[in-house]
Amino acid sequence: MLRNSKFFFPALVLLLMLMLLVAIVFGAVSISPGEMLSSLKHFAGGKKPGSIYEAVFLQIRLPRVLLCAITGAILSVSGVLMQGLFRNPIVEPGLVGTSAGAAFGASVVFVLAANMSIGLKSILGPLLVPVFAFAGGLLATYIVYMLAKSAGRISILSLLLAGIAVNAVGLSGMGFMSYVARDPQARSITFWNLGTFSGASWSQVAIVGTVAFIMFAIALRYTKQLNALLLGEAEATYLGVDADQLKKKIMIINTAMVAVATAFTGVIGFMGLIVPHVLRLLIGSDNKRLLPASMLLGALLLTLADFGARMLLPPAEIPIGIITSLVGAPIFLFLLKKFDIIQTKGGGNA
Amino acid sequence: MLRTENISYKIGNRKILEDINIEFHAGEFNMILGPNGSGKSTFFRIFSGEIQGYTGRVCYNEKVLRKQQLRELARHRAVMSQQPDLSFPLTVDEVVMMGRYPHFDFNPSPKDNSICNDVIERLRLTDFKERNYLTLSGGEKQRVQYARVLAQIWERPKEGNRYLFLDEPLNNLDISYQQEFLRIAREFTGNDTIVIAVIHDINLALQYADKLFFFKNGRLNAHGNTMEVLTADLIADVFNVSVTLINNAVTKRPLLVYN
Repeated sequence: MLRNSKFFFPALVLLLMLMLLVAIVFGAVSISPGEMLSSLKHFAGGKKPGSIYEAVFLQIRLPRVLLCAITGAILSVSGVLMQGLFRNPIVEPGLVGTSAGAAFGASVVFVLAANMSIGLKSILGPLLVPVFAFAGGLLATYIVYMLAKSAGRISILSLLLAGIAVNAVGLSGMGFMSYVARDPQARSITFWNLGTFSGASWSQVAIVGTVAFIMFAIALRYTKQLNALLLGEAEATYLGVDADQLKKKIMIINTAMVAVATAFTGVIGFMGLIVPHVLRLLIGSDNKRLLPASMLLGALLLTLADFGARMLLPPAEIPIGIITSLVGAPIFLFLLKKFDIIQTKGGGNA
Repeated sequence: MLRTENISYKIGNRKILEDINIEFHAGEFNMILGPNGSGKSTFFRIFSGEIQGYTGRVCYNEKVLRKQQLRELARHRAVMSQQPDLSFPLTVDEVVMMGRYPHFDFNPSPKDNSICNDVIERLRLTDFKERNYLTLSGGEKQRVQYARVLAQIWERPKEGNRYLFLDEPLNNLDISYQQEFLRIAREFTGNDTIVIAVIHDINLALQYADKLFFFKNGRLNAHGNTMEVLTADLIADVFNVSVTLINNAVTKRPLLVYN
């Protein structure tokens, strides 16, 4: 265990910086440090990029890498929050319906966009899919929340069951949309469900980044309460934590982050499950360390996955969801076998 | 003082508790006994505030429980439930530090750290400090939870009482730690603490308790000073077990044996 190591966080930050640099430099075209600097100079001076490389760096590569890193951080932090809330190690951020709802919202746009009013389309423009996906994610989670609520309190078991049910409805709605879709539309739905950062822009970075910044700042205030919740709701209450309030706050933080990130990038599986687990093995389960570490490692690993998505079959791009699941699942199974996660790391509640 | 007034509790049409009026005083070790399903654990969870839908009132020093701030309450009241467990691995010292959570906002103060060390030493857990809680045996887990609960109210408050509630705290413990647990709880009673424990072992109750409260079928069947209230007839009535009380020549206290 690196639990008490002073070097863990600095090392993680350093690795993340390195990864970001590598992801920015290499790609379909490589960008030299000189070009990066001159690009930033031109930008700061209010001038146009001096070359195509500078434009690629500033308009494509940089926002893509940043959006990817922020999304990785969001999904991993969300995994920590959800696993803590459910006191269950096999929970993913999407469990409360957010990603299934978002996927349904996006599929509606892909299939029915042609029939939508011109006014709506011109107002939303490139935000058409994200807005519908975001609304779908929020709506689905809200339904789950209301279903799980009884007499003003949320039961975690109801939340889990309602989540499973609403997920099924969302996915079947999306299935229906794929069924009535024409081929290219159905392909769009498929790709969206595998996630991508190829359309990243600075406005997306600004939106997702702002939400992430605010939600992380709030989430970090609740690490102590989240720890207390590991003992169970009654024990947390005896330690002075209002468990009902805490559950609501975690749901809100989680839904806002995941809905916004998913709206722009599509569904990316496995990050929220695997990053918290890897970190629990390395530094333990104290949320005071786990939450910030998840932020960093999530950013690092998703950037790595996106780097792979771009570099493995150039000039084509593999959808990032394929990479996260294909690489993530075996790693997860390896950890499970090697460290006996299920036997000794909380399987009693699984 | 902790007082319960006319506490009744129903689930559906089934009466779990009926009209419980009790006063628990500081300086006395209070123990609640009764057969399985007699309502004693429900009663425990009501005066601790875990169960809400009851009728009647619980007052901590004249303050109604329902109106108290959770965190404020947690600074001078600690509760040990039956078999609390963790869902994820934490080390023993991290679990004990949870007891200090009501006392600090982000980082534990030096005082919080020294209290945790004192409690860990007192419960002979020093060698376990860095161990993963989930790999401990049942009895070891119980000691860690006790340490957490004691750390929560380790120091005397400037004013008012401390409260220590223990729901069947002796599960999984060997006889030496059973004695140790009750000895420590007994020390707390001497220091303005209202100590209430739900317990099954009548001989341990005879050894440590000042006041006994017997529950049967959701009602308070008998209560009073340990030596006065505990008779073979009462045990026959409450538990339907035939016993004899013999005198222990060493402790000068009665000892319960089964016929």
